[in-house]
Order: sequence, then C-alpha cells, then structure tokens
Amino acid sequence: MPTNHVLEFPGGYTRSVGPVIGRFLSELRDGRLVGVKTREGRVLFPPVEYDPANGHEVTGEFVEVGPSGTVESFAWVPEPLPTHPLDRPFAWALIRPDGADTAILHALDVGEYERGAKVPKRLKAGLRVRPEYRDERKGDISDIKAFRPEVSMTNAPTRVEYSLQPGKALDRFFEGVAEGRLLGHRCDVCGKVIVPMAGLCAKDGVPTTEEVEVADTGTVTTFAVNNLPDPRAPEVPFVSAYILLDGADITMLALVAGIPADQVRMGMRVKAAWKPREEWGPTLANIRWFEPSGEPDVPFETIEEYL
Amino acid sequence: MKDIAIVAFTQSRHTAEDQGLNETELLLPLINEIKEQTGVSRFDFTCSGSCDYLLGSPFSFVSALDAVGAWPPISESHVEMDGAWALYEAWVKMQYSDEVQTALVYGFGKPSQTNVRQVLGLQLDPYYLAPLGVDQVSMAALQAQSYLARSGAKEGDLTAIAARSRADGRNNPFALHLDDPADDAPYDVAPLKVHDVAPQADGAAVVVLATGDKVREISERTGLKPAWIRGIDHRADSHSPGSRDLSVSPSARIAGEKAGAAGVEVAELHTQFSHEELILREALDLGENVRINPSGGPLSANPVMAAGLIRIGEAAALIHRGEARRTLGHATSGPCLQQNLVAVLEA
Repeated sequence: MPTNHVLEFPGGYTRSVGPVIGRFLSELRDGRLVGVKTREGRVLFPPVEYDPANGHEVTGEFVEVGPSGTVESFAWVPEPLPTHPLDRPFAWALIRPDGADTAILHALDVGEYERGAKVPKRLKAGLRVRPEYRDERKGDISDIKAFRPEVSMTNAPTRVEYSLQPGKALDRFFEGVAEGRLLGHRCDVCGKVIVPMAGLCAKDGVPTTEEVEVADTGTVTTFAVNNLPDPRAPEVPFVSAYILLDGADITMLALVAGIPADQVRMGMRVKAAWKPREEWGPTLANIRWFEPSGEPDVPFETIEEYL
Repeated sequence: MKDIAIVAFTQSRHTAEDQGLNETELLLPLINEIKEQTGVSRFDFTCSGSCDYLLGSPFSFVSALDAVGAWPPISESHVEMDGAWALYEAWVKMQYSDEVQTALVYGFGKPSQTNVRQVLGLQLDPYYLAPLGVDQVSMAALQAQSYLARSGAKEGDLTAIAARSRADGRNNPFALHLDDPADDAPYDVAPLKVHDVAPQADGAAVVVLATGDKVREISERTGLKPAWIRGIDHRADSHSPGSRDLSVSPSARIAGEKAGAAGVEVAELHTQFSHEELILREALDLGENVRINPSGGPLSANPVMAAGLIRIGEAAALIHRGEARRTLGHATSGPCLQQNLVAVLEA
C-alpha cells in the first residue's frame, strides 16, 4: 500500500543571491526592471553573472529596461496547475523588454477567466506587454504578478435616446400591423404596390393613397448570413433576407429562421411567424421572423426584377 | 581511444501505473537477468542514473545498490541524471582505467509516485524560474511554439509523430500499448496536445559495457554481436530559456558532429515531446531515410531516468540482432533539450 510522504523545507529554502541577481531583485522590489551589460555591450535580462554566449564576466553596469516589452514566444495553459501563478488560463511567455537583448520567462495574463479556454487570437509573437507589480513587493521574481498586454483599445459606452415620428403613412401601416394586417399603397402611375407605404411613389414622385392589403407570405429574393450576434435573432449565425410579400412590388428586410443558415435559398417560399396576439403592438416586431412555408421554390425569373 | 562495446541490454516491461514494487524490486530481476545473460556476476565498475526527487528522499539511489550485490565493496558511482549519463561516465572510466574491463550501467525511475512535471520544475534556476512554478510541459510547449513559428510546421505534423510512435510502440512488448491520437484530443499546454507529451511509466534498464577480451567472451556466451561505441559526446546550452533560440538545438548539433552522427541507419531519440523529434532531426542532420524510434520511443513509454539509456540500449540491440550496422542513441536532460548526449554505435 502506498504511504504519503512530503518533501518540504519549512519556511522555504534560503539562498544568497550575490551582487548581480541581488541588484536585479532590489530594483524589482522598487518597481524597476534592470539588465546588465556584457563586455560587448549587450544587455542581459534578467541579469546573470556571466555572459552565456562566451562565459565572460559581465561588466557590472546595470541599465533600466522596459517596462514595455515584446512577446517572443509563448505557451498557452488552458488548465493551470495548483503550482502555477494564476488559477485561470494564462500563457507562459518569453518577453524581451525594450532595451534588453535577452528575454525573461514569466506568466502573461490576457484576461481569460474560463478554464479550458482556447488560445486567444490576440496572443501572438510581437504582442506588446508590461509587468503588473504586486502591491506588497519583497524582492523576488513573483513581485511581478504577471505581464499584461499593453492597452491597444478602449471602449466607451454609447447610448442616445430619440423620439421618432414615423409620419402619417407609416402610422397607418403600424395601425394595420397592430391588427395583424400588412398594408401598402398602389401607385396610380406605375401600378406597383409599395409596402410599407410612404404616401408617395419614389419612382414616379407622386402621392399615393390607394390602400391595399398584402399577404404575410412571400419569397426570399436575396439574403445574407450574419455571424455577429443580434438581440432580435434567435442564434448565430442567422439570416437576414429581402422578402417579396405576395401582392407587394417592393421587398422587405426581415429575419429568416426555422431553417439552418446554410440551407436558405433565393426563391425560397416563406411565411410570417407572428408573436402571440396578446403581445402585438404598433410595431413590425409583431413578426418575429419568416419561416419556410414548405411550398416549392419559385423560378429565378419571377424574382429577378426585384433584386 | 579504447574500443568499448555494448554487449548486453535489458529493460523492464514499463507500466503506466504503480505495480506495488519499490525501486530495488523493479531493478533486481533485470540485474539478475543480465548477470545470467553475460555470465558476469561481479562487474569491474557500476554506475547508475536516477533522480532522488522522484522519491523525495536524499541518496535514495543508494538503496537500489542492494539489487547489484555491493558486498564486499564494489567500485560504484551515480549520476543524478538519466542512465545515459551513467553510461558516459562508465565509458570515460574504461578509457582511463585498465582495471575496468566490464561495467554495469543502469537507470530507473518510478514517476507514478509523484507529479514529475512539477518535480522537474524544481530543478530549474532557483532565482528566476523555479519560483514561478513553471513545469516541464509548459517549458516544452514554449519550445514547441518557437519551433512551429520558425519552421512553419503545423500541429498536425506533431500528431503524426505521436501516431507513428504509438503504432511502433504497440509492436514493442516493453512499451505501453497506446491507441492512436484522438481527433479531438485536448491541449495539455498549447501547442502540445496530450499525445505530444510522452506518457510517464515506471521502469528500468540495464546495459553492460565491455572492452578487450571481455567483449569476445561475453558475445560468445550471448550469441549477440557487440555494438561498438564509435563516438559519444554530450553538450549543453545555456540554462536560461530567454537567452537562446529555442527553435534550434546547438548542443545536439555539436554532440552529433563530435560523435559522428552522419551515415546512421536508425536513430533512437529521447523525444519526450513530439516536436523534439523535428528539432533533433534537423540538429543531427538525419535524412528522410533514417528510421526514427522503431521501438516507439519515449512517446510510447517514458520511464523517467531510464528512457535515455533505453535509447542507447535499443540502438545497440538492433546491432546485437544484426538488424542494422550503424545506429545512433540520443539522450537529453534539462528543460527544452538543454543538454544532449549522442552515441554512435557500429557492428
């Protein structure tokens, strides 16, 4: 049977650090990064006593580097170990501070909170980063909590309210919608039915008054697959489509749902999916979206002129 | 330079789980087997490689000597490294001491008793690295990323190496028998997926070196061809990962040149991570016609502290059985292929 055995130095293992590493750790405690110059003038960071390239003793001339630095390479830790410096996903990174010729290995916090997270897209060689210091520093390498990406974006809240006047023609259209009817005007000159009506024919530049009710069924003339979320859409990706309502001569922009995005077609027949009657108001939101009606697609020629 | 040959090699059937044996019990049957095989009951020199941190007690390697039979006192040494470096020490000893005609070399490890990736992190620089808690796999993943970025190789190339190693390992009775890498295998530390990390195993290996008349004597008894060590060299890179280019291995390149890696038919490489095969192939200038790790390599069984010695043993065994004429065994130590040993063997 296995028995438990712990190897531990109570209070930790004490080591003297010498003048080179000691200088680095003292500066670090004060919130500064320093490297040391080699005889050839290269700056080793973090500083060591001997130049790894040739074994020569370093000069003893310390120079401040960073605090900004560049990520040279990285490894992404989706599931941190208990011994790791962060308890959520982070990267180990080789970071070369500005002014240094070698890199330090440290943790890089890119602000990921979900364990198991995939490698973030912004994590790339060349990413500019800075150290985040602990408030209480004691002069060891973990005085840096982690490095963090430099600020490259800012986000300002944007919200403005308006009180919009739809106008007389649209008011009438919304009256109809509130009762579950889709209304339009027929133009006296060209004979086309305009839904929703604007009180004029944009083609002929004449007022329109003849009210016509059109069906809540129609045909998809063209469409787009959207990959950015929208509060009105059921999921991502979703489809927004121009729909030619039966009886209308102008297409209407609406969502299409009830079918996988990659199966939506030009010429596909659809019908409106209304919200429950008790939720209706004077708004097109009464129609949640359009869904396939199950009828056969119409030939391209019949929708060609509406594209 | 004295001609020295590997005349015998044996290893345990490595296991992923603890079998209830301690280190000495793991080793004893192998030592007895090799004494029986070679007909040598006392060796002129004994050298072992292991890691006390795996057991968490200082000088734990001493108790393993009980398996050798160390009374009356024997000439013995130990390296706190993979057994491949014990072989190197024995080889050096034989070069300079005419009294040493046979040497017993072994390596052993029981990683099942602790968390090896963490233990190996304790071996890092105590000022800048160990206090960060950076573990062995994270260090390797940094090197993998550096290599992929420099070479343009893809993660799929790494998976292919793991798949080939596992397939070969299934034909090796001593290796773990692992399934092909899963299509949806998760990352351990990206870009390394779980199958890119060598599966730790409990295990041990024993090699016998001989020189002079002893080579013929032992070979006649075993019926195996001696595998002559034509070159052996080891080199180290800087310990600081930020002061070297992790995408290459200059120490492996120099060790390969000094040992004479050119012209080998088979190379057994101590690849504890898939990408290391690509870095080593490049450093050792191994062409497409060189077969890598026909045993399945560490990616199909990684008995820590024995896996490097096993590479040299497997390379020798191909010559013992007459299956190859010139082979290479490689071992590595430290983070990110920091130190590399190359042995070139010939029939």
